[in-house]
Amino acid sequence: MRELVVISGKGGTGKTSVTASFAVLADRPVIADCDVDAADLHLVLSPRVKERHEFWSGREAVIRQEDCNGCGICLSECRFDAVIKDGAAAGHEQFSIDPVSCEGCGVCARFCPQEAIDMRERLCGEWMISETRCGPMVHARLGVAAENSGKLVTTVRQEARRIAEEQNRSIVIVDGPPGIGCPVIASLTGATQVLVVTEPTVSGEHDLERVLSLTRHFKIPAAVCVNKWDLNPEMTQLIEGKARVAGASVAGRIRYDSAVTRAQMMERAIVETPAHCAEDFRRVWDELNA
Amino acid sequence: MIVAVASGKGGTGKTTVAVNMARVLGSDVQLLDCDVEEPNAHLFLKGAALKEETACIPIPEVDESLCDGCGECGRFCEYKAIVSFGAKPIVFPDMCHGCGGCMKVCPRKAIREVDRRVGVVETARSGNITLIQGRLDVGEAMAPPLIRAVKARLRNGTPAILDAPPGTSCPVITTVRGADFVVLVTEPTPFGLHDLRLAVDMVRELRIPFGVVVNRVGIGDDRVHAYCRGEDIPVLLEIPDDRRIAEAYSRGNLIVDALPEYQGLFRGLTETTLELRKSREA
Repeated sequence: MRELVVISGKGGTGKTSVTASFAVLADRPVIADCDVDAADLHLVLSPRVKERHEFWSGREAVIRQEDCNGCGICLSECRFDAVIKDGAAAGHEQFSIDPVSCEGCGVCARFCPQEAIDMRERLCGEWMISETRCGPMVHARLGVAAENSGKLVTTVRQEARRIAEEQNRSIVIVDGPPGIGCPVIASLTGATQVLVVTEPTVSGEHDLERVLSLTRHFKIPAAVCVNKWDLNPEMTQLIEGKARVAGASVAGRIRYDSAVTRAQMMERAIVETPAHCAEDFRRVWDELNA
Repeated sequence: MIVAVASGKGGTGKTTVAVNMARVLGSDVQLLDCDVEEPNAHLFLKGAALKEETACIPIPEVDESLCDGCGECGRFCEYKAIVSFGAKPIVFPDMCHGCGGCMKVCPRKAIREVDRRVGVVETARSGNITLIQGRLDVGEAMAPPLIRAVKARLRNGTPAILDAPPGTSCPVITTVRGADFVVLVTEPTPFGLHDLRLAVDMVRELRIPFGVVVNRVGIGDDRVHAYCRGEDIPVLLEIPDDRRIAEAYSRGNLIVDALPEYQGLFRGLTETTLELRKSREA
């Protein structure tokens, strides 16, 4: 089984549009949306949700106010500025935990002399298994201001691979998150192949170098495709040159075409429309499968 | 006054808004590039580098001559960053959040903390702008400690603009938390609207006043505008879909320099933001 991960470094370069078209072009794929904190692929593939699972991960501290004597040791022990001083009441200082800042390390609970702090399991979001016109899709929604996106990404990928094995499907196509940090690393470790979608801008060039260092770091073969290449042809050439020097292959170019936004508004992948640039998407797909 | 520029969706123009806003302000301003995974603001600001500092997080180091292999550190660690299989513990630095718990619970005081590098914080000066940016080391998973290191260099008394990473999870929250106002940049497309809603949920959860900038007006439809009207969210600025802007951006030029006719728009954004902030305080 092959696992192709589409990432970009810089956000908004067209990862999801590319992934959606690949999902249509591939033969019996499983699709995984690993951009769990701003997932958009479902807006094109219109999944019908079959299964919904809560995603519990990590813990968070909660102070039982009735047992707190206001000593403030939690405040001085916490390294994440998660303990908030609420002012005095009931004859002593009041403290509470800001769940957004709490990393669930448990130091405050361990060192509270009153044992007034509980560590509670944390609901961080949900993940779904759905059916789409292209095949099964695993996707997720990270809770508002929640943590552990890397673990949620890992869950989504594992499920997608499980389905591919069970149903004897030969490829998992992964829509990855932007950046090079925790969720990106979780999206690509152990993958067969990475496609980096970039754009011919100074930001695209800069971010590509970093993202290709990451794929080298994890020893995953990478291909690069420049989206909206005609916006700056010289920059496109420069980027393709740098990609080759960095050990990546060049999978092709996609022209700037306002039809991409129109397809998005119709909830269609580009290759499902008569847009001129659809042939660019097909060529990149063929190149990756050559 | 600290203004954070954020967005759910990537590539909507956060950095464009942040750098152009900083430039038209004219007076001294701090610009913090908190998108430490892919910092880009420096590409648009030609200036002199002032300094580069290493950013570290504390991780445990075990003194094996003192450790008796009791395993308390491993049982305590929530992140499986220190593991003891009935012998001397092994540290997995990548997993460590730097909470200090293992060191504190060790009965034999056999653990001390050492610095582990996660990236650098660079300071540069370009005209009226002091740029402070974090650059996460490649292969490093955790951005928030570096973002905290960037924000620790904020100086009171000088206005600050924070360029946030995309998304709505920990790195964004670490950036936005403590800001006086958030500018959410989006584009009038289904993806833009969907991710704007997520970003709005996040900012509301943090209880920070905010407004929206709609970039590339003309490419999609008016659903973003309708949503903002319905939710009573101020639209601070509309940037038209202008290929010249995209081309200037592609070369690393500021819009307000390459296309001076847009200076008024960005001045208006800065003024509207300041006014909204004042009316909130009144």
